[in-house]
Amino acid sequence: MSEPITHHPGFLKAMNLGSPQTRELGVETLEVGEDWALLRVPYKPEMVGDPETGVIAGGVVTTLLDHACGQAVMARIGQPTTIATLDLRIDYMRPAEPNQPLFARAHCYKLGRSVAFVRATAYDRSADDPVATAQAAFMLNSSSATPRGAP
Amino acid sequence: MSSQALTRADALARIAEVPYARFLGLRLELAGDEMTAILPFHDRLIGNPMLPAIHGGVLGAMMEMTALAQLAVSRSAAGQGGGLAKPIDITVEYLRSGRPVDTFARAQIKRMGRRIANVHVEAWQEARGAPIAALHGHFLLPSEG
Repeated sequence: MSEPITHHPGFLKAMNLGSPQTRELGVETLEVGEDWALLRVPYKPEMVGDPETGVIAGGVVTTLLDHACGQAVMARIGQPTTIATLDLRIDYMRPAEPNQPLFARAHCYKLGRSVAFVRATAYDRSADDPVATAQAAFMLNSSSATPRGAP
Repeated sequence: MSSQALTRADALARIAEVPYARFLGLRLELAGDEMTAILPFHDRLIGNPMLPAIHGGVLGAMMEMTALAQLAVSRSAAGQGGGLAKPIDITVEYLRSGRPVDTFARAQIKRMGRRIANVHVEAWQEARGAPIAALHGHFLLPSEG
């Protein structure tokens, strides 16, 4: 098996369980490719952002998209690396359907030496009818042992 | 004054009751017309257990809730209805890693239109002058009715 370790869904699944926040939300990695990842978060009553409609909070969508984007970067790098989100832009197109799981598919379309760029879509029923889209930039090796001020 | 208008404190209490705000453990404090959101540190907020660091999504979510709460406070002060605003788009900038301590955030409404508001939020931990993250966003205001 010479397949990069991060292409193995089991690796990213373990990462989700190792992160208390994604474990609490129930975020699960379903599929991973060379430069993309597909994640799912179940609908839970404690994630509701608008009690009148039962629609989940924008914040849950934010966390799911941020996490999916990070995993797409991991997939593209092919090995575990410390990465940090530089910025994350999210457009909310419509409310997510209550009582439906939410999916996020992220694609790392450019991997540089220091920075990776990612696009992602969150949807419930169909990827063609997004709940939200995201664009993010990540810094690579964000916690490397390089001393502060070193080039 | 509209019959649906809430006092500032009632408007905040309503946001603090939102299930997701409770899930995060978010507290909202009012000092006059200034609102501070407080996210007490808890293990379940961690995204990267190796560092450890608060999940970036949680910081984005916290600042989004801060913006919604500030909008509710400002609208109630103006005698407008108490419905929740909805995010249209947000940009989150991450400046420093979120350490395992309490996080604070304050929002500034840059423009409040009839339908849309533009809000900036900053989050910090030990020092207000060294923010850990910022959010800029547009929010759709609830229609009066």
